[in-house]
Amino acid sequence: MTDIAKDQLFEYLLRLGDSSLILGQRLSEWCGHGPELEEDIALINIALDLIGQARSLLTYAGEVEGRGRDEDGLAFLRDGTDYRNLLLVEQPNQDFAYTIARQFLFDAFHLEQQRALMGSRDETLAAIAGKSVKEVTYHLRHSSEWLVRLGDGTPLSHGKMQTALDDLWMYSGEMFEMDALEAALAEAGVAPDRAALRPAWEARVAAVIEEATLQRPDDGWMQSGGLRGRHSEHLGHILAEMQHLQRAHPGAQW
Amino acid sequence: MNAQHLSPVPAADQAVGPRTPEEARVWKLLEDVTDPEIPVLTVADLGVLREVRVEAEAVEVVITPTYSGCPAMDTIESDIRVRLEAAGYAEVEVTTVLAPAWTTDWLSEAGRAKLAAFGIAPPAEASGSKRALFGADPVVACPHCGARDTECVSQFGSTACKAHYRCRACLEPFDYFKCI
Repeated sequence: MTDIAKDQLFEYLLRLGDSSLILGQRLSEWCGHGPELEEDIALINIALDLIGQARSLLTYAGEVEGRGRDEDGLAFLRDGTDYRNLLLVEQPNQDFAYTIARQFLFDAFHLEQQRALMGSRDETLAAIAGKSVKEVTYHLRHSSEWLVRLGDGTPLSHGKMQTALDDLWMYSGEMFEMDALEAALAEAGVAPDRAALRPAWEARVAAVIEEATLQRPDDGWMQSGGLRGRHSEHLGHILAEMQHLQRAHPGAQW
Repeated sequence: MNAQHLSPVPAADQAVGPRTPEEARVWKLLEDVTDPEIPVLTVADLGVLREVRVEAEAVEVVITPTYSGCPAMDTIESDIRVRLEAAGYAEVEVTTVLAPAWTTDWLSEAGRAKLAAFGIAPPAEASGSKRALFGADPVVACPHCGARDTECVSQFGSTACKAHYRCRACLEPFDYFKCI
C-alpha cells in the first residue's frame, strides 16, 4: 500500500466521471425519439442515473484538485483533449441496435468496475460506487434483455444487432487497458486493476451473446486513447452541443 | 446544478432519530416536507432524512438521495431550509451524504401504506435480493384492485425510483416502487 498524489486521483476521477457524463449525454439524444414510449423513458432514466453519478464524481474531482472548479466547471468548460472518457461511450447512437450494443458492452464492464470500487480505500469513491452499483444492475438487465430480444428476434433485428456488435467491438479493449497511473492506484488500493475485471466481463458477455443467438466478434485491432485525451471526432460534436450554453453565457443559471 | 457535499461514511445504517426534545421539534417540523414527485411521502417516510443536529438556533439536517441523479434533491433541500427558517432557525445547513447507500428497505411502514393508498405499489422484497439481475420479477399486487396477476411493462417508469406495471385483472397501468 502506498500513498497516491492528488493529481493522480484527480485524473482517475475524470476517467470515471467523464465516461458516465458522455454516455449520459449520448443517451439523452434519444429523448423524444425512442422506438416506443416505454423505451424512450427507460433510456432517459438510465441517462439520468449516469449523469447523477458523473455529478458526484466530478464534484469530488474538483474538491481533490483544489483549484475551485466545481462539477459545472469541469463538465462545461473543458475542451475535448481534457476529457478522459472511454472511446466506446462517445460513439454515435446510430440506430437502436448500436445504442443497445454500446450500452451492453459498457454496462457489463461498469457493473464489475463499480463493484470493485465499493472496496476502494478512498471512502468517497467507495460511497459513490455503493450507489452506482444498484443503478447499474438495472442498466445491465435492461441492455441484456434487449440484446437477447433483438438478437433472437427476426432475421432483420438479428442482422442489425450482429452488425452493431461487430462494429463496436474494437472499442471494448480500452476498458481493460492498464497504464502506470492506474497501476499506482491499484497498488494503493484505490482503484481496481482493469485487467482483473475482464474474466467476469467476458463470462457475462459470452453468456448473453449466446442466449441472443449472436456470435462473439473476434478480438482484432482495439482502438485506444480516450483515457489519455485522444478522442474520435465525435466527442467535439457532443461537447459543442452540451457546452454551448455555458460557453455562450458564462456562469448562466436558471 | 448545486454542488453536493460529500461526507465520509456514517456508522449506522438506520437513520439517527431524534435524541433530544430540540431535535424532536425539528423532526416534527420536517413532517411538512414531502417528496415533490410523491407528495404523500414525507422525507422521513422515505428514509431520505438521516439525522438532525441542533445547536441553539443553528440546525444541520443530513439527507441522502434515493438515486444518484434524483432530481428532487434540490427541491427537498430548499423545502427543508424554507420550513426551518419559517420556524425561526437562523442558521440552517443541509448536508447530503451518499453512504450508506439509500435502500427501499428504509421506507417506513407508514410510508408503504401511504404509497399503496396513493396508487403506487410498494417494494415487494428486500433490496438484498440479487434477483434484479436477470431475476424473476417479484409478485406485485395491483394497488387498484389488489389482484396479484400483474406484469412488468418496463423497469424504468415515471421517475427513477419506479417501474411501470400493468394489472392483468383490472387492466389498469400502475407504478411500482422498485427495490434497490
